[in-house]
Amino acid sequence: MSAPVIEVRGVTKAYGDKPVLRGIDLAVEEHRAIALIGASGSGKSTLLRCIDLLDEIDDGDVLLDGEVVTDPSVRPDRVRRRLGMVFQGYNLFPHLTVLENVVLAPRRVHGTSREEAEARALELLGRFGLADRAADRPDRLSGGQQQRVAIVRALATGPRALLLDEVTSALDPELVGEVLNLVRDLKADGMTMILATHEMSFAAEVADEICFLHDGLIVERGRPEQIFEAPEREETRRFLRRLLEAKRL
Amino acid sequence: MDDRRAARAAARRRRDRRGAAIATVSTVVLVALVVWLVGSTPGWPDVRETFFSWDAFSTSFPDVLEGFWLDVRLFVIVEIAVLIVGLVVALVRTTTSPALFPLRAFAAAYVDVFRGVPVILLVYLVGFGVPALAFEGAPSDPVLLGGIALTLSYTAYVAEVYRAGIDSVHGSQRQAALAVGLTERQAMRHVILPQAVRRVIPPLLNDFISLQKDVALVAILGPLEAFRVAQIQAASDFNYTPLLAAALLYLCVTIPMARVVDVVQRRSRTA
Repeated sequence: MSAPVIEVRGVTKAYGDKPVLRGIDLAVEEHRAIALIGASGSGKSTLLRCIDLLDEIDDGDVLLDGEVVTDPSVRPDRVRRRLGMVFQGYNLFPHLTVLENVVLAPRRVHGTSREEAEARALELLGRFGLADRAADRPDRLSGGQQQRVAIVRALATGPRALLLDEVTSALDPELVGEVLNLVRDLKADGMTMILATHEMSFAAEVADEICFLHDGLIVERGRPEQIFEAPEREETRRFLRRLLEAKRL
Repeated sequence: MDDRRAARAAARRRRDRRGAAIATVSTVVLVALVVWLVGSTPGWPDVRETFFSWDAFSTSFPDVLEGFWLDVRLFVIVEIAVLIVGLVVALVRTTTSPALFPLRAFAAAYVDVFRGVPVILLVYLVGFGVPALAFEGAPSDPVLLGGIALTLSYTAYVAEVYRAGIDSVHGSQRQAALAVGLTERQAMRHVILPQAVRRVIPPLLNDFISLQKDVALVAILGPLEAFRVAQIQAASDFNYTPLLAAALLYLCVTIPMARVVDVVQRRSRTA
């Protein structure tokens, strides 16, 4: 069997003297989706950022297709171009049009010609119902549209895996659905994904495996039905109970 | 319903008309008061003769205008040089590589020194100091030397304006640029700098307004620019009107520039 697309081995990370990740192990096989759940501050976002080398880890290793990418001799931009990352706050480039946002990396990083990059971008935008917004600036779009553009931007370079960091948390409730539908489509296409999320029913539906993070550790992991219906750890039960009380489950 | 809307519109029109009338009357009264006060001072007849002489104005104006053409060429060239060198200094200051530390330190010292020295002093030091060094190819043209002094001073200001613009672009933009695979340098070039430059256009234009006046400082090195020409004529005729002519010419470029700043600022606020 080939190496997992992404593998995380014993990763630790502290901000100052505050530990955020305390030894994370994780493997994501091709075409699988892993959902990271847990309270705010449990380390979900930091883990994604460490995998994309946006944060430097203290200890352990991150592997991409079997290659140790946290080795200091590896150039981080060479690693990031093989991954797609989507942020909670969209982070589109406001001075560029939707189309320019999407073609920036294909053209500047991968050296794709303008015609080819734009054709591919328009095809992707069209697939996700955004073709008519190609010439608009991001601030003319709704939050849901902006986040869908951000996902298209991350897809445009054909990444090996997609890292989704609470992509619906900044959205108005009525706009969450369109973004989740897109992620659902990507999963159906076989995209390898790690998603940090607060949308439990969505995580249950789309993820092959749920990892519950608590205080910088994955304290429980398993199939969605096992985690949500028969959690074994007290921390997991308490977290799910609190969500239930807040009517978020 | 329609009646009330019409009544409201009529009331609004009345209010606007009354406002305009009050503004006109108060302006006229104030201007008349100032004219009367100045005109009634004991020295006014002499001042009118030495500062507002139509004869002196019309005879000196062509020469002053010709001198001003030198000012215009000088500030256009200095503005272009300042925009480029200022950006380079700002970019050097944003680097983090240890190998570039000497350059970074130099850029920081440069900004500190040249922002802290009065422009007029720089014009003296460069204008008289550099030729005195007498090295091979040392510039001796006073216009060039004055231009260099102005460039040194304004580059320091403009570099700080650029740097403030770069710092004002939120860190999440750099993150997003890196996340799609751009290198740090590409992120600066394609994502951060375009946003930063757009934000600093109004302050840059403001600096240019003061540069357009400060070109007159080159006069102390001797070239016949507008202020210098006016000074010479004033001294020979014992009439200061040529200086007024020069002042009007400076206003002819600085006031339109100020309006451009207003427009750009308004546009960037609505965008």
